[in-house]
Amino acid sequence: MSVRDLACTAGGHRLFQGIGFDVGPGELMEVRGPNGSGKTTLLRCIAGLFTEESGRVDVAVEEQPLYLGHKPGLSPLLTPLENLRWYLALQGREPRREDCLSALREVGLNGSRAVPCGSLSAGQQRRAALARLAASSAPLWLLDEPFAALDESGRGIVRSLVRTQCGGGGAVVCTTHEDLGVAGAKRLEIAA
Amino acid sequence: MIVLAQAGRDLRIAFRARGEMAHPVAFFALAVTLFGLGLGSDLQTLGAVAVVVVWVIALLACMLAAESLFRRDFEDGTLEQMLLHGRPIFLAVLGKLAAHWCVSGLPLVLFAPVAGFMLQAPMQALPVLVASLAIGTPTLTAIGAVAAALTVGLGRGGLLLALIALPLYVPVLVFGASASVVAASGLSALPQLLWLLAMLVAALTFAPFAVGFALRLSQEY
Repeated sequence: MSVRDLACTAGGHRLFQGIGFDVGPGELMEVRGPNGSGKTTLLRCIAGLFTEESGRVDVAVEEQPLYLGHKPGLSPLLTPLENLRWYLALQGREPRREDCLSALREVGLNGSRAVPCGSLSAGQQRRAALARLAASSAPLWLLDEPFAALDESGRGIVRSLVRTQCGGGGAVVCTTHEDLGVAGAKRLEIAA
Repeated sequence: MIVLAQAGRDLRIAFRARGEMAHPVAFFALAVTLFGLGLGSDLQTLGAVAVVVVWVIALLACMLAAESLFRRDFEDGTLEQMLLHGRPIFLAVLGKLAAHWCVSGLPLVLFAPVAGFMLQAPMQALPVLVASLAIGTPTLTAIGAVAAALTVGLGRGGLLLALIALPLYVPVLVFGASASVVAASGLSALPQLLWLLAMLVAALTFAPFAVGFALRLSQEY
């Protein structure tokens, strides 16, 4: 995917302009910048959730990207397993129970426990959202501060998921204030 | 398959939040009761008016239900997952509408004969009342969904939703109520029912596109 000369405005305020970069297979792009510099908006723009003011976003991949935002994307009334199965079905994939359970195990959740996401702690909810990464076949991941609310082992899970994605020829664009531990990561700095 | 998965998920959520889902139906039952008490048992006053009253209350109940259609999904972020680049939003919206009608429209249809009976509607009008509601309420759901999608990003958009939806509800009400009134006087209501059916087909064809477009706008904040 590539971004060319992108400019975004939110609430009449110019967030950034002249942003351009390419991300190819197996590459990780770390987006850094102070709070309020427009990192989230940049990711939403690539995800197709926000319309740019000018410039172009080309997502060459046929398949839909994976987006992990600030909102968990989980219904608080459904269990992590039910949420994940719905998510896979939405992409037109067969939501097989075993696949979902192994993805949940990978992020340290017991998928067969019938506890709705609303009753889980913030960190566990975050892990339930991360299960989307573990079950994903999307060639492009867009991660917005994936470390938020996670403990040390949770952070380790994110790092290993990102490494697996890049190692398997997938691309990742990630806003973060922390190092993801992938060798040869590209970096984009957005000024305030 | 996306339609079924989405509808199944929404029905499951509706079942777990069944108290909230019962509000429009409870409103329908209460409003019918209030009309019954207010109008008294004067058969001269009631009669054909009764079917119109049932129709108007069903319409208002549908509008009240529409407000919650996308609220939860907007707040917990599942909506943005549905709207990502390349997702076929049309099918997911169709599934959502089907599930929403099952919990908010279908109970009204089933309860309509009782409501008509309570308001002493003519017996021969009841089958047509049920048929017209069965065809008309999905149309109301689809129109309400467009209004709900336009207002979901605004926080408390309840009154604005009513202002958008009510004018669009008018044709459905005109033909739905007229079908029941005509049936009450013993004539054939087939033309009105066919008109309702035509509106339903049009609404189901166009509403998911309009809803998808409006939901995309809701994400631009």
